[in-house]
Amino acid sequence: MGAVTTMQRDHAAAKAAPTAAPARLRVEEVSLHYQTPNGSTFTALDKVSFEVPDEQFAVLVGPSGCGKSSLLYLTAGLAEPTSGKIHVGGQQVEGPGVDRGMVFQSYTLFPWLTVRQNVEFGLKRRGMPARQRADIVNFYVNEVGLARFADNYPKQLSGGMMQRVAIARALANDPQILLMDEPFGALDSQTRLQMQQLLLKVWGNSKKTVLFVTHDIDEAILLGDRVYVMGARPGRIKKILDVPIERPRSLDMVMDRTFIDMKREIFGLLHEGEEEVH
Amino acid sequence: MATRKSLLNRCLTPKVDLPSRLLLSASTLCWLLVIGLWAGLSYGGVVPTMFLPTPGAVLETALRLTRDGSLAQHVWASVEVVMIGFVVSSLVAVPLGLLMGSFRIVQAFLEPLVNFIRYLPVTSFVPLFILWIGIGLEQRVTVIIFGVFFQQLVMIADVSKGVSKDLINASYTLGSNRRDVLFHVLGPASLPGVLDTLRVTMGWAWTYLVVAELVAANSGLGYISLKAMRGFQVDVIFLAIAIIGLLGLMTDQLFRIIRLKVASWAQ
Repeated sequence: MGAVTTMQRDHAAAKAAPTAAPARLRVEEVSLHYQTPNGSTFTALDKVSFEVPDEQFAVLVGPSGCGKSSLLYLTAGLAEPTSGKIHVGGQQVEGPGVDRGMVFQSYTLFPWLTVRQNVEFGLKRRGMPARQRADIVNFYVNEVGLARFADNYPKQLSGGMMQRVAIARALANDPQILLMDEPFGALDSQTRLQMQQLLLKVWGNSKKTVLFVTHDIDEAILLGDRVYVMGARPGRIKKILDVPIERPRSLDMVMDRTFIDMKREIFGLLHEGEEEVH
Repeated sequence: MATRKSLLNRCLTPKVDLPSRLLLSASTLCWLLVIGLWAGLSYGGVVPTMFLPTPGAVLETALRLTRDGSLAQHVWASVEVVMIGFVVSSLVAVPLGLLMGSFRIVQAFLEPLVNFIRYLPVTSFVPLFILWIGIGLEQRVTVIIFGVFFQQLVMIADVSKGVSKDLINASYTLGSNRRDVLFHVLGPASLPGVLDTLRVTMGWAWTYLVVAELVAANSGLGYISLKAMRGFQVDVIFLAIAIIGLLGLMTDQLFRIIRLKVASWAQ
């Protein structure tokens, strides 16, 4: 069913307006199965389809084991789906590439490179001239507020600072979409709030399309234009919710009626059917 | 908090830092105790000098052999064997070990054989080496290589295996190809571990020296101590052992300094 409608829509779009920009990210009927050690097949993702329009901040929220991180790794091209396709900017994903930047949950800065050299890493691989590199690096290091630490090594930075560098490093490559896998999951709650504000600011300036994975409902609503609520066993999208809260957003909004209603709805979706399990 | 506790209390608490002067005194004390015990046993006549030479006698021997130039010659012969063996072994083991830790197929191919060979006693191969290689420098170097190479290989493979997958994934999303991953991620990420491995195995190379000079050598520290055994010159044996230990200590410090200089970024 889903495949047919998607294809029909594609067809219609192609005929009606051939120049219209396609969705920045299109996930089509993506399934991911793997063999467990005892020989059975585990369905991490079951025919997941959704689209993320250009310049949108999309958040995947769901319980552990719902395949939200897998979806991100598939989009990054770091893993292959069992079936289905993923398109970014109209191009089918067939492996990792600079058009999809990623920020990981674990700290992935190269410890032998300074902050500046880390941000420069992707540009250097591409063979960009030094002068041009320096401009881009300076811009993004400033953007995440780490100009003072540009020549420090990662071991001299706090966890929050390391993730800020990781964001700058991913953005410096000017990707079509920024993939974020619970990037603030390992941070303390104070730092986490600061990082969310910083990310909103940086995102507002860069206007990148973002696909952000979290299990934190507050974070999902605070950051997202749209929240994709996922369910586990098998991993699937249960519901897509638009966040009707104006930007710029501040922390006070967690007390607002709309916020609380939305939080209740997502909470309900994440925990429904739990009685059966117990 | 900890500083409020008495020094004795802190000495007896696990994993608590202590003033560096105290630590240095402890290290010095250990040496003084060993040398003192040695002096006491030998000068006091508790152990006959035939079995345990006096510190003075060892020093005298050292001076005598230094004056006639033979000590320098023996030291150089041993340093040559250990260095050539260690460098040749490392030059092959480092790249091969990194490949073994990074590519499952290389690991599957080499690991069973390497793990078999690495438990074989080097000593039992000495007759074979003499048969195959002869009795020259090459044979002595081969003993060192055989003693060190397979251990290095396994340890360096482990270093490269320990590089986080996310670090590699991050570099892929930043536009790296497989070659970049090898040279710009796995290589530098393994550097501190490789240097640590070299430091440890350098020590092992020194311990194989006597085995290397067991047969058919005509100079070297292992050679003079073996020859001294026949003449009951315990003082020469002590001297040779002390010098091997000192040379080992020096190379160890050298590697420690290199590690601090080259990989100061590591945690």
